[in-house]
Amino acid sequence: MEQTLFGIMMYFVAMFTIGGIYAIIVLGLNMHWGVSGLFNAGIAGFFAIGAYTTAILTTPTSPKHLGGFDLPVWLGMLGSMVTAGIVAYGVGRICLRLRADYLAIATIGIAEIFRLVLKNETWMTNGTRGITNVPRPFEDFATPWSQIAFLGVVILVVAATYFIVERALDAPWGRVMRAIRENDTAAEAAGKNVVRFRLQAFVFGAMFMGLGGAMTAHAFKFIGPEATEPLLTTFLVWVMLIIGGSGNNRGAILGAIVVWAIWSMTQLVTGFLPPDWAVRASLLRVFLVGLLLQVMLQNFSGGLIPEKSPKIGDRQKQTPAP
Amino acid sequence: MLEFINFYLLPGLVLGCIYTLGAIGVSLLFGIMRFAHFAHGDMMTLGAYLALAVVAVTGWPTITAIPLAMLGTAAAAIFIDRFAYRPFRASPTIIIVIASFGVALMVRSVIQIGWGLEIESYATGIQRPLIFFDSLRLSKNHIQILVSTVLLVTAMHYFLSRTKTGKAMRAMSDDPDLARITGIDTERVVTWTWIIGAGLAAAAGVFVGMDTQLNTFMGWNLLLPVFAAAILGGIGRPYGAIAGGMVIGLAEELSTYPWITDAPLLSPGYKTGVAFGIMIILLIWRPSGLFRGRVF
Repeated sequence: MEQTLFGIMMYFVAMFTIGGIYAIIVLGLNMHWGVSGLFNAGIAGFFAIGAYTTAILTTPTSPKHLGGFDLPVWLGMLGSMVTAGIVAYGVGRICLRLRADYLAIATIGIAEIFRLVLKNETWMTNGTRGITNVPRPFEDFATPWSQIAFLGVVILVVAATYFIVERALDAPWGRVMRAIRENDTAAEAAGKNVVRFRLQAFVFGAMFMGLGGAMTAHAFKFIGPEATEPLLTTFLVWVMLIIGGSGNNRGAILGAIVVWAIWSMTQLVTGFLPPDWAVRASLLRVFLVGLLLQVMLQNFSGGLIPEKSPKIGDRQKQTPAP
Repeated sequence: MLEFINFYLLPGLVLGCIYTLGAIGVSLLFGIMRFAHFAHGDMMTLGAYLALAVVAVTGWPTITAIPLAMLGTAAAAIFIDRFAYRPFRASPTIIIVIASFGVALMVRSVIQIGWGLEIESYATGIQRPLIFFDSLRLSKNHIQILVSTVLLVTAMHYFLSRTKTGKAMRAMSDDPDLARITGIDTERVVTWTWIIGAGLAAAAGVFVGMDTQLNTFMGWNLLLPVFAAAILGGIGRPYGAIAGGMVIGLAEELSTYPWITDAPLLSPGYKTGVAFGIMIILLIWRPSGLFRGRVF
């Protein structure tokens, strides 16, 4: 009995850890799509960039891949955010002048190119075998405490991310972004540099996607090229945002937790089926999540927690309406 | 020289045919319905697997299964349009792009549930190439692909230029509001766009299967070069898509030829990156493509 309880607790700790990491990525996507209306279909690319950057920076020196610079974890995560941001800047400079569809195509391209690099540049990434021995904070602790402590780190990072993006949205910057999303011509007429604001939002969001990738590498202590598999990263993250409520940061976090809970628990169920059925059931699961996305988009486009316009608050007091 | 023709030029042309057929659909759909159809690659996969089913049931040669695969895929596309895209006709088009992203995964998972995850092929055993003039080697599959593509593209040309529906399609691609005012039944045009786009995509999928193998990710992997070909040809320009597809296909194959030194110019592992490189260059300097397509 006690063993079962312990197992269940560990399961939930693991579930919330991964769900929390997804929440960071979904907050990044909310910055792109929810707030700025930028369609990023290559989340997997930024995710992988972040994951590999921190893996190379923080692992002990190894002949199998580039470096192993043995830096502290926080520095690795910072490095991940910076590299993801730089790549996003390059992509954004090229594509943000054009309509959203082009950005979608180009971001898919980035993700695919990055997958090619990961597989081919063995000297840097150890090819398909991936990078092992990525350190995890608190991994020296005894079994339950190590995982729980890491969950604490994840929760802390989610909270910090939430605070930063929420603050940005409430600031004049966030209001300009919303204005651009709703009507970019009008925003431009009001003297806002639309392309520059979009570029800022794109880099900003991509940094959190890189951070999410870095956290994943630390959580699993391993990163391989399957990380760029579009299904588990790009698609699931999109479903999370649409279901949670795009444009709302709380919705983004809730969507990440709910969808991840559904996803991982159905995996638990399919695990009990005979192997032949288990494969089909897991494929059926992908189909059903796709269907869920359709239903949400068609009927509840606001998501679980729809977007709320920021309060006008103090401003109104200063300049009362005539 | 002959090695160049046999192992680089001919495969390049075959790949170009495949990209062309995919890019025509993407270009027409983008022009008429104003959205980038992300499920197009998986339409190709669907066509390829439908042909596999036809071949398995009837034992016909693969090439004769193509019309049935095209019909089946077109029917599936019309069904998907009714169910997944039509509710968003009045929404911002980017919502349809998201929906098509989901549809891509749904189509793929249906294929995976139906046929499994293993690699399949239409015919087993090694096919000997036909040899012309002692040294020009042409495989039977390649001849079939090249000839069928020419036939399909010619048929599309007659449809677009001679039939009333074809003209309505071009009119709607130029200006949807004007087309509606002049009394064109836009839903009918949309249906025909799906029939042509999905039909050609299915044929392209079968050709990929004939040229190499079938796996459930084949379409997804084709998506990027197909988009690149459509942008290169100019969005909404089906004739441009032919040139775009050929250029991208040839560029991918020829990039691995040892042009300067004895080593391949580009490591074969990066072959698929060529399409992306061309696309990025286009987006920077000439987003309208070679033939002055539309820039949205």
